[in-house]
Amino acid sequence: MSLLRKQHSVLPGFGLSLGFTLAYLGLIVLVPLSAAFLKTAGMSWGDFIAAVASPRVMAAYRLSFFASLAAASVNAFFGLIVAWVLVRYAFPGKRILDALVDLPFALPTAVAGIALTAIYAKNGWLGQWLEPQGVKIAFTEIGVFVALTFIGLPFVVRTLQPVLEELQPELEEAAASLGANRWQTIARVLLPELFPALLTGFALSFARALGEYGSVVFISGNMPMRTEIVPLLIITKLEQYDYRGATAIAVVMLTASFGLLLLINLIQKWSRRHHRV
Amino acid sequence: MSIHLSNINKSFGAFTALGGVDLNVPAGKLVALLGPSGSGKTTLLRIIAGLDEPDLGSGSIAFHGEDVTRVPAGKRKVGFVFQHYALFRHMTVFDNIAFGLNVRPRRDRPPASDIADRVHRLLKLVQLEGLDERLPSQLSGGQRQRVALARALAVEPKVLLLDEPFGALDAKVRKELRRWLRRFHEEINLTTLFVTHDQEEALEIADEVVIMNQAKIEQVGTPQEVYDRPATPFVYQFLGNVNILRAPALAPAVTPGAPALVRDGQIYVRPHDIAISPFVVGAGGVEAEIRGIHAAGPQAKLTLEQVSNHELIEVELSRSELVGLDLKLNDRVGLRLRRSHSFSEDYAI
Repeated sequence: MSLLRKQHSVLPGFGLSLGFTLAYLGLIVLVPLSAAFLKTAGMSWGDFIAAVASPRVMAAYRLSFFASLAAASVNAFFGLIVAWVLVRYAFPGKRILDALVDLPFALPTAVAGIALTAIYAKNGWLGQWLEPQGVKIAFTEIGVFVALTFIGLPFVVRTLQPVLEELQPELEEAAASLGANRWQTIARVLLPELFPALLTGFALSFARALGEYGSVVFISGNMPMRTEIVPLLIITKLEQYDYRGATAIAVVMLTASFGLLLLINLIQKWSRRHHRV
Repeated sequence: MSIHLSNINKSFGAFTALGGVDLNVPAGKLVALLGPSGSGKTTLLRIIAGLDEPDLGSGSIAFHGEDVTRVPAGKRKVGFVFQHYALFRHMTVFDNIAFGLNVRPRRDRPPASDIADRVHRLLKLVQLEGLDERLPSQLSGGQRQRVALARALAVEPKVLLLDEPFGALDAKVRKELRRWLRRFHEEINLTTLFVTHDQEEALEIADEVVIMNQAKIEQVGTPQEVYDRPATPFVYQFLGNVNILRAPALAPAVTPGAPALVRDGQIYVRPHDIAISPFVVGAGGVEAEIRGIHAAGPQAKLTLEQVSNHELIEVELSRSELVGLDLKLNDRVGLRLRRSHSFSEDYAI
């Protein structure tokens, strides 16, 4: 009970706002998710394993996780550079570039998927040059990766920007006056300062990529065992009225995603340990 | 190592931060750069450190006769302490202090055991022994300031530059730390330049005070010189309380060698440089009436009104003097300038 003991604070409304938070999260997040678990609970163990561990499903897990991971990693790297340029330099067209970053947020994902497919298909703008070189992007795993990279970029840029803006220029000056060169300053002073925000951006981008459906289905070609992502598989099962099979896969994805995000949060907490003042 | 600056200009857009500054800092001295905010003192310090560059084609910076105008900050052998410390918060105190040594190219880098020795010696010097594994966030403001100082000293600089070193600390710690800095300076005897806007701080600990205003140096001298013989009205006003009077008012009292400055028809005189005596007709001095007596604190402050032109004058005197004179409101008194100094010709009428 000691946890719930009433604490007097100058800021009123703790009880009310916490109550609201719990009710809201319960309604919006927990109830729908627990429905998935309940539905799955009705399956026998054997059916469950058969549904979630068939070769086709395993291939989809692999593609979804690895493509998302690769997309989030690429976004972390290039997003850092984009955020750096947007914060540190003044140049004509900066506002436009800044607004451009948000486009993947705002665009309906299906539009993104169709646009990407049109560009990378055999007769598309880029595809017509890449295909003769033996580089196939549309309707391959690479296409999935390209789509996931596209939708994930804003997460990294937008989480890094405020942190970069607050970074004291004195830190770099201190490093420079102590004799550090540019690379040493970046590696030893700047990156450790940015790491927690970079990780947050990575995690958000990764989570978004795992759940992405609209933009991928167009460019991937949806070939079983090759370019099928997990969300698509779930939709397929639903279309075949296999609700239990669909929720079973959903449960596996949910658990795995939750575990991964939890892990990232822990790394973040560890890396932020010096930030308390 | 001495520092020589000649004709340094720096502007940020239309704003002139430094307008043709010349300065010599003798080796081994503790020098204060004193001025109000926006006077250019921090810019000057940053230019000496190489963190900012003077305007193209203007002036030069030399350390011990050697031109360093084009030498990058990291190679100037300058220790710079930032106002807000700029400690690397993800590194321990030890790693912060060792940073300047650890980033050296392998062939110049001392062995790890030497680095550890040096860090521990510095920690002892700044009185932070045993805190080497702490993170900056676990230290108080004064401790962080000293870590920043130790970090700057680790690279064995020839010149130490401090930007508002006590600006972010509370009054009590500030006083302790500035006395400590004075003793510390005597111990290490390194040419040290620090920026401050606190005249008390500058006058208390510096060997020499450089007073800046509006992108220019107003006066350079020992604390006593600049306080007793301010060269300009600005310095007069900046270093303490001052009466600014129209010349005819106190003019009869300003004699050659008096502690007052006359510029543009105005007289600058400090409240404690005015002596009060009972008014006697024909005895000379300025006739005035007492309008206010504030006797709280070590010094009594009187507000007086001149009979001739109703100008108000502030006078400070000791409590015992006040009791001795037995002054009351509206008493008529005579004012004189108190002591005489050897002033140069400019200051006399």
